[in-house]
Amino acid sequence: MERVPILKIGDILLVSIQLDMSDQTAVQLQEDLAERIVATGCHGVIIDITALDIVDSFVGRMLSTIASISKVLDAETVVVGMRPAVAITLVELGLSLNGIRTALNVERGMELIAAAHAEELDYQLDDEPDAETATP
Amino acid sequence: MALSTEESGRLAALLSEQDERVTTRWTEIVTSSLRGRLSQAELRRQVQDLHRAIVATGDQGIIDLSADSAAELRAALSELSRGRARQGFSASETTISIFALKDVLAELVQEAGGPTALPDYVAFSKLVDEMGLFTFESFVRTRESLIADQAEQLLELSTPVVKLWEGVVAVPLVGTLDSARAQVVMERLLQTLVDTSSPYAIIDITGVPAVDTQVAQHILKTVVAARLMGADCIISGIRPQIAQTIVALGIEFGDIATKASLADALRHVLRLNGVETARRQPRRDA
Amino acid sequence: MTAGIDLGQPQAQSVRSDEDVVRVRQLVRAVAVASKLSLVDQTKLVTAASELARNTLVYGGGGSVEVTVVDNGRRKGVQIVFADSGPGIADLDLAMTDGYTSGGGLGLGLSGSRRLVDEFQIETSAETGTRITVTKWSR
Repeated sequence: MERVPILKIGDILLVSIQLDMSDQTAVQLQEDLAERIVATGCHGVIIDITALDIVDSFVGRMLSTIASISKVLDAETVVVGMRPAVAITLVELGLSLNGIRTALNVERGMELIAAAHAEELDYQLDDEPDAETATP
Repeated sequence: MALSTEESGRLAALLSEQDERVTTRWTEIVTSSLRGRLSQAELRRQVQDLHRAIVATGDQGIIDLSADSAAELRAALSELSRGRARQGFSASETTISIFALKDVLAELVQEAGGPTALPDYVAFSKLVDEMGLFTFESFVRTRESLIADQAEQLLELSTPVVKLWEGVVAVPLVGTLDSARAQVVMERLLQTLVDTSSPYAIIDITGVPAVDTQVAQHILKTVVAARLMGADCIISGIRPQIAQTIVALGIEFGDIATKASLADALRHVLRLNGVETARRQPRRDA
Repeated sequence: MTAGIDLGQPQAQSVRSDEDVVRVRQLVRAVAVASKLSLVDQTKLVTAASELARNTLVYGGGGSVEVTVVDNGRRKGVQIVFADSGPGIADLDLAMTDGYTSGGGLGLGLSGSRRLVDEFQIETSAETGTRITVTKWSR
């Protein structure tokens, strides 16, 4: 069985799916990713599906599950590069990919994760005692 | 429907012996039927092509329009009808160029006389009729493909996707949206989002006269598809009647941003991106 | 594997494993491309084929898929038949409902793929298994 490689770039894990995955490969990716998030402590996961010419309900469900798992492990998942034909088909199929953040390409996905992370840092700073002076 | 070997031979002989006369007479008849809309020289060239093709087919034995040996003849006929269809001639103006051959043949057969004259003429006529029908068919085919091409061009003309700002594209919809057009718009818009890496799209429906459930469905699907790809859509230009229809039909636009005008939509997007737009001064002096 | 497909002949693929579902997708795509379906239509058909082939494997216990190029005189299309000799579908209306699943999936396989194709026929019985025929016409 083939495996999808997971790359670590700074604080982000990048998964670029380049092959027509069998269901088993998809499940394997889900498991591998959970392990890598814990092992690396990364706060962002980008799944690049530019090369996928279809996303069926199984892969759709895998994406949703990955997003939920990484949420639990304190990482933000962004699915990037969905092709227009794939998006149109998913809408027709009735798959909404709830809870998944999406971006047009890897670059925008990284911006999204950086922004989410920055917000979180701000929030943490607000918890500091001196933040009270900032409130009007 | 094929001519017999003897008939084919006699037809080919008749046509090639009187080569010059046939083409001249044929050209004359065609010219008068088209009332000078094509030059005599051009018609003569076309007639000569056909004449050559018939003789060539006859030289190979039996003249049968559906046989392999008549490929050249069929090609000549299609070329003629394609040309006429493109130039805007009517179907009768096109097929008359073929039927004119009958008149020529009638004259020739009558002159030649002999016991075979009548059956020959009947057989030749049948062949000419067949050629006429074939021409008509290919004329219609050409016209159909022209119409299909034009419909496609119209579709492309009527659905431009324009870049309004860095990261913002807009599609101004004009006219009635049917299912086919809505699909083209949808695909074009989504592809532009990818190509220009734009996370915002504005769908302006100022020019859409009416919105029914189906059109609304198409717009909603586009918005959902864009979201799946990581882009946001704003719908602008909803006129009062359309707003009433949308509510009356019970169409849920949900959390999709709607703005009154394209300008409002653009301002909304720019604000989301942190771009400061100049505020309009309140007009106190008015 | 998909190179040099003879479109005059129906293409068959057995469905016995996960990898076979991938092969079905590739076969359907190759035929759809060769019959000049638009990109969106190709995507819809391949997605539907993927859903239905998985159903054949998971619910029908395996079976076969046959892909044929069809022509109704005006348009060309691609027809796919999914056949299994499994237990059949007990309540067809229920199975065709969005969100209903008996196997832990999303419940979009049947109802969703029906929306992705132009024609959808289903014959099912406990004795003969399930046979689904879908067709997508070129525009």
